[in-house]
Amino acid sequence: MIELVIAERCTGCNACVEICPTNVLAPSLNGPPEIAHQQDCQTCFMCELYCREDAIYVAPDCENPTDVDKDEIVASGLLGEFRRNHGWDEWAADPRFGNEHWRMESVFLRARDMAIAEAAAKRNSAQQ
Amino acid sequence: MTRTTEETLELNADVLIIGGGLAGTWAAAAARRAGATVILADKGYCGTSGVTATAGPGHWWIPPDPPELRENAIANRRKTGFGLNDAGWMARTLALTWESLPTLAGFYDFSKDESGAPQYRALRGPEYMRALRRLVESLGITILDHSPALELLQRPDGSVSGARGIRRQKGGDWQVNAGAVVLATGGTSFLSRLLGSHTNTGDGYLMAAEAGAELSGMEFTTYHTVAPVRSTMTRTMSYAFATYYDEDGAVIPMPPGPDTMRPLARALLEGKVFCDLSRTPEDIRAQVPTISPNFMLPFRRWGIDPYSERFEVTLHGEGTIRGIGGLRIVGDDCATSVPGLFAAGDTATRELVAGAISGGGNINSAWAVSSGQWAGRGAARFSAENGSASGGRPIGQASLRPASVERDIDLSQALLAIQGEMLSYDKNIFRHGSKLKRSADLLDDAWANVDAHARGSGDTRLRTRETAAMLATARWCIASALARDESRGMHQREDRPETDPRFNRRILVGGLDKVWTQSDYGRALELAS
Ligand SMILES: Cc1cc2nc3c(=O)[nH]c(=O)nc-3n(C[C@H](O)[C@H](O)[C@H](O)COP(=O)(O)OP(=O)(O)OC[C@H]3O[C@@H](n4cnc5c(N)ncnc54)[C@H](O)[C@@H]3O)c2cc1C
Repeated sequence: MIELVIAERCTGCNACVEICPTNVLAPSLNGPPEIAHQQDCQTCFMCELYCREDAIYVAPDCENPTDVDKDEIVASGLLGEFRRNHGWDEWAADPRFGNEHWRMESVFLRARDMAIAEAAAKRNSAQQ
Repeated sequence: MTRTTEETLELNADVLIIGGGLAGTWAAAAARRAGATVILADKGYCGTSGVTATAGPGHWWIPPDPPELRENAIANRRKTGFGLNDAGWMARTLALTWESLPTLAGFYDFSKDESGAPQYRALRGPEYMRALRRLVESLGITILDHSPALELLQRPDGSVSGARGIRRQKGGDWQVNAGAVVLATGGTSFLSRLLGSHTNTGDGYLMAAEAGAELSGMEFTTYHTVAPVRSTMTRTMSYAFATYYDEDGAVIPMPPGPDTMRPLARALLEGKVFCDLSRTPEDIRAQVPTISPNFMLPFRRWGIDPYSERFEVTLHGEGTIRGIGGLRIVGDDCATSVPGLFAAGDTATRELVAGAISGGGNINSAWAVSSGQWAGRGAARFSAENGSASGGRPIGQASLRPASVERDIDLSQALLAIQGEMLSYDKNIFRHGSKLKRSADLLDDAWANVDAHARGSGDTRLRTRETAAMLATARWCIASALARDESRGMHQREDRPETDPRFNRRILVGGLDKVWTQSDYGRALELAS
């Protein structure tokens, strides 16, 4: 679930309020959006992807809130990792973060071929 | 033609699309290109809502030449579909998907392989849905975000003429009067923790049933997907290299191939199950973050190295999402049996293409792309032929207009009851006639209570309606699973292990107060192949 909107980073653009599929955030008059309905969070990480300032942290636990230490999270390097791996915004031109989603099919084929080879190896060793 | 009354934003359009996920956006574009004015309403935000936005569908993608390629794919799928799918629908889905995806150039930045060829088949979810939103916007379609539909409008002649819903960020209600409506509200997994599924609560099924539509294939709703416990991360690719262990550390034997669901469910019924991904080749480990950027998020944040450490896993139910059932389609324009009402994507039955097994991994997305466009065009044509949008009355019942005295309903209790029947491996993966009968009774009682007394207000209006929709959907699933008195495809009955040729037909289901099932004898669904 979403745990942090980091005030020092947030510019108040409210993109996260707009794009959150489950309407978890609410704009506040001055300051960052408020996490108004944390229980409705579907832990989809979309808010992190749409936050250009890397000001949001979503904990992976989708059942219960997680105690998080803001300074630790800021220091961890985890903020913004998702948006970077997606190659969005300022990362778009960086060849390290190109969209390789299309390779998925070949990964499945590798797994299948490995399984076939392992099964054959097992049969061979059983025969010996 | 916009009129804002004190509480209700009232708009008119030729076509209203309800749901702005994969199918809804393709539907909106097709209706607009056919000349209709179009409004699209999504419960969340069109572009991030729905199960495509959080994943990345590989489409059913087979070149037209040489023709044997598609012929073979169709013949193979007919075998694995256990006789319930249709070659004609498969062929037209393959053809339209193939034509459609390249038209997103300019909206989606297609990756190129080593030879420089653009890759269309598998698209990354957030980028794909962002592209579709941009396409829809570029066509001048009005998008209503955060605007869940609650109920349809129906004219005295039975035709559907729009819908009403809530503006959950802007306040007040909305009403769109339309010449025709496309339902593209997705499937439902009954609020399991399936990634991206929490706006998909089966609302479209309930709205359509209230208008008189029926469903098909609702027994094919047993599919489950593995994820680390307490996480939503149901991305499957990396589990192709998984090794599973029981609580004592012994390896759980898995049959070769992708069908790990049933052995995993058996193991989970006995105790905790753990997993590692140590068999993943090094080069693939390096690529995972740029193939599926969200897959590693839970591990990184929990400080787990899934390639060397064991982590506990669970199975999340998919209901009708990577199951198969949905609204029955009666025409090649994806019309439902209610005039002016069309269904697309996971809201429609996918039996026509997928048959009795899951359409995940290829068919579901190809179906969403294709059925969306057929439904959009069909709705545009219906609207043009039948004239202006007016004269409809709101027809919602359960949770909106209670049949008896209004009374508080414990929504979390009702949800637990639904999930208890639909998400328990014991009852829903390893089905048994007697267990299904108990589920049916329990859910009938829960329905009677909600139908008689529930009336959501304020903040609970949407959640109450969603609960009614999931409850109705669960009843249709259980009734269909009872009616299919055999095992076939993903529907496996412990008490009826054989596949019985007498059931070589689709099963229709419908009804609200009283649920009915019927074998689909009409062959109207079949296209000439
Ligand atoms: C993890 C995962 C991976 C998948 N991978 C693949 C794959 O590789 N290949 C494949 O073929 N298929 C795949 N699928 C299935 C595929 O994603 C779906 O078939 C497809 O998204 C269906 O599109 P849809 O538009 O019907 O539903 P969705 O994309 O889920 O969209 C439904 C939309 O309706 C909206 N909505 C719901 N209720 C209302 C309401 N009352 N009013 C207004 N709006 C409403 C929702 O907010 C949502 O935006 C996958 C599914 C999952 C869960």
